[in-house]
Amino acid sequence: MNICVLTAHVPDTASVIKVGAAGNRIDESGIKWIISPYDEYAMEEALKLKESRGGSVTYITYGPARAEAGLRECLARGGDAAVHVKGGEATFGDALAVARVLAAAVRKVGTFDLIFAGVKGVGSDHALVGAMVAELLDMPHVAGVTKLEIGDGGLVAHREIEGGAEVVTAPLPCCITAQKGLNEPRYPSLKGIMAAKRVPIQSFTVADLGLDEAALAGPEAGSRWRALALPPAKSGGTIIPGEEDPAGAARQLAALLREQAKAI
Amino acid sequence: MACILTFVEQRDGTVRKGSLEALSHARRLAATAGWDVCAVLVGSGVTGKAAELGNYGASTVYVVDEERFGRYSAEGYAAAVRAAVERCQPEAVFLSATAMGRDLSGRLAARLLVGCVPDVTELRLEGGALVAVRPVYSGKALATVEGGAAKPLVVSLRPNVFPAETFGGTAQVEALPAIPADIRAVVKEIVSTGGGELDVAEADIIVSGGRGLKGPENFALLKELADALGAAVGASRAAVDAGWIDHAHQVGQTGKVVSPSLYIACGISGAIQHLAGMSSSKIIVAINKDPEAPIFKVADYGIVGDLFQVVPALTEEIKKLKA
Repeated sequence: MNICVLTAHVPDTASVIKVGAAGNRIDESGIKWIISPYDEYAMEEALKLKESRGGSVTYITYGPARAEAGLRECLARGGDAAVHVKGGEATFGDALAVARVLAAAVRKVGTFDLIFAGVKGVGSDHALVGAMVAELLDMPHVAGVTKLEIGDGGLVAHREIEGGAEVVTAPLPCCITAQKGLNEPRYPSLKGIMAAKRVPIQSFTVADLGLDEAALAGPEAGSRWRALALPPAKSGGTIIPGEEDPAGAARQLAALLREQAKAI
Repeated sequence: MACILTFVEQRDGTVRKGSLEALSHARRLAATAGWDVCAVLVGSGVTGKAAELGNYGASTVYVVDEERFGRYSAEGYAAAVRAAVERCQPEAVFLSATAMGRDLSGRLAARLLVGCVPDVTELRLEGGALVAVRPVYSGKALATVEGGAAKPLVVSLRPNVFPAETFGGTAQVEALPAIPADIRAVVKEIVSTGGGELDVAEADIIVSGGRGLKGPENFALLKELADALGAAVGASRAAVDAGWIDHAHQVGQTGKVVSPSLYIACGISGAIQHLAGMSSSKIIVAINKDPEAPIFKVADYGIVGDLFQVVPALTEEIKKLKA
């Protein structure tokens, strides 16, 4: 079973976000970069399938030079090959452009029975790229998967929806986006980290894939971030001491919520 | 005439509130530009629901009523919405940013090779072009996003942010011809996990618990408060990772990003990942025994105290107010 995992290298979820000089991107100084948390579930599922059924796992990422470190982190957990499509600064924030590049990269690299991705890349928070790549490659997809069983030529996936799950069947090849709950991601072993250093990373430019990144970010763009801002800061709230008289504090809070905040 | 097309989501014949919010907002924007407002309703046995969408602003409702569309599929519904797009050539397609809407929006946008702006919390027209604001980095920043040259721009609107409004009127209903669609990913069954509980992503009020609850059994205290308020129960990552409550309840960076009108955080210290998921709530209440907890910095109201005493007392007060 040949499996591809699409990964994104994103700011650590504990990062403090500041607006950069360009005004429509974050200030990257001091940011620690990590594999997008949902990609870890995607990766784990791919590696488990390889272990039980054989085949290969190939990682693909689209991003600037620093994204190579993300691929090394992926390889440290297992897997056979990694592909780095260099670029992505200009198209950042446009899910369509990112999906077009990733779909072209998948086509260039090989044929796969399964394509995994995280349900969303933390940061741009689109939750779109998996479905878009599947559409561009003319394969079905199931997004937000919390349970997956692979049979002969097909799969059964549980997809999280409001208040429950859809149980979806699909033939292979198929694209799956992983939601928390799918599995418990492994940690890289020291041996894995050492072995990962020896795996060559294949690198392409967007032009190598037959696409024009300037056009993707310009006349062919689906959307673009015009500006980035921080949300308005909250001013000091009304804090009631409740250690001595919890019932009195609760009564005061209920009255404030009804009369002042008009929230209940 | 230029128009905005809204995808109206229904499950088992019940139209989702978020879709009425999206449709109402389409109407408000269209009114400023002299545009038309269309809707597309997809399902099986749903034609009877179409005309009443006029009350929420649609002048024409395209209906795809076929048995094989009885359950959602991204491929089938994308084909159906595309047929409506070809019929009315809209400037934009609006959806509610629900599990279905977000999933469909990506498939549809890629099929049309157009841009998609998901989960927006502000949406306006500037000189005939849509400009959206959406929380990014899990709400730690707000991106102002504009569409590219290709039309329509696909936009999903965060539930509970844009008001649903009734305008009076009945829509003209037009059945679309049979849709050719190759549906490979098929929903066989829908399993309910929460016994019909309100989902945090759609709730107007959320009562959330964290590590301070000390164990899974104590979520019952929050459930009582939530029931008194008609609220959904949320949780921090700490409570979910401890196995006290299902991930579907998790609010924060690796859970759901929510914007209810009232968010009550009980025993949640307020890690940056949690704050990112709820800080856009209209009113935030924190109940925590640690006065230094970061959650108090974003709270509009707070009680420093023992949640095991404060929460039941608050439940009683709410019941009295509601009596």
